[in-house]
Amino acid sequence: MSGTENSIHFHERFHIEGGNFTNAGAISSRVKKILKEAGFSSRVIRRTSIATFEAEMNVICYASQGNLSLSITPDFLKIVVEDEGIGIADIELAMQEGYSTASERIHEMGFGAGMGLSNIKNNTDGMILTSKFGQGTHLEFLISLEGEDRLVPLLNAEG
Amino acid sequence: MKLREIRDLLDAELITEDANLDKEIKYVNAADLISDVLAYSTGPGALLVTGIVHPQVIYAANTIELGAILFVRGKRPNEATLQLAIENKVPLLTTRYIMFETCGRLYQSGMRACFAKVKNVRD
Repeated sequence: MSGTENSIHFHERFHIEGGNFTNAGAISSRVKKILKEAGFSSRVIRRTSIATFEAEMNVICYASQGNLSLSITPDFLKIVVEDEGIGIADIELAMQEGYSTASERIHEMGFGAGMGLSNIKNNTDGMILTSKFGQGTHLEFLISLEGEDRLVPLLNAEG
Repeated sequence: MKLREIRDLLDAELITEDANLDKEIKYVNAADLISDVLAYSTGPGALLVTGIVHPQVIYAANTIELGAILFVRGKRPNEATLQLAIENKVPLLTTRYIMFETCGRLYQSGMRACFAKVKNVRD
């Protein structure tokens, strides 16, 4: 993922407050709005929105705070989510569908299905997840741009 | 099936008063967990049958462009959820039928799932 910094056409960073369920989903809605206004195809918007929504929820459910950044290049969209929190003890286990460490309170709100990380994996074209247990988690994922979607960052840069 | 027909079929109440009842709905997903909503409500314009009334269900609806949300078991959203639904133009309905009965009646009327069967998740 190196060598792309020179071609970033858009970058924005959002703060996520852990434990604040009231506005959970607000950041991914803003990301979706940015992509929609830029003119990306509904497929790209949908995949990015689902992955971003899940990533945002993970910060809210399991971390004290975090940041989500969106970068747009002519080749791909890149989302990086870093948080300070309990982290993940066993990443391989966490990636399994249905595995969850969510509390009763989180379940009551309709979260903690154990599908979040696999939902992210299934909707992206590359995903890196690292974590220091007890400290936090670093997640990044890419959505490749193909066909007309490749023109969107360039058209917006000119406009 | 039009939203109006779904309302009548399930003796449901339209909560977002200004919503367009002529909206055409082709597919349905029923889930009580947000991740399942995101994973299995494939294709825009689907009806979500759920018991989740928190604002997150509206954010999820917006993420995958749901056609409408039908709350079961007589559940009603709070004011924050309702306002968010109005802002995002997501029609909300509520029925006193339970999830099973709601899905059964919809299926019998010709509605089909967005996504019928998952692959073996624990192999």
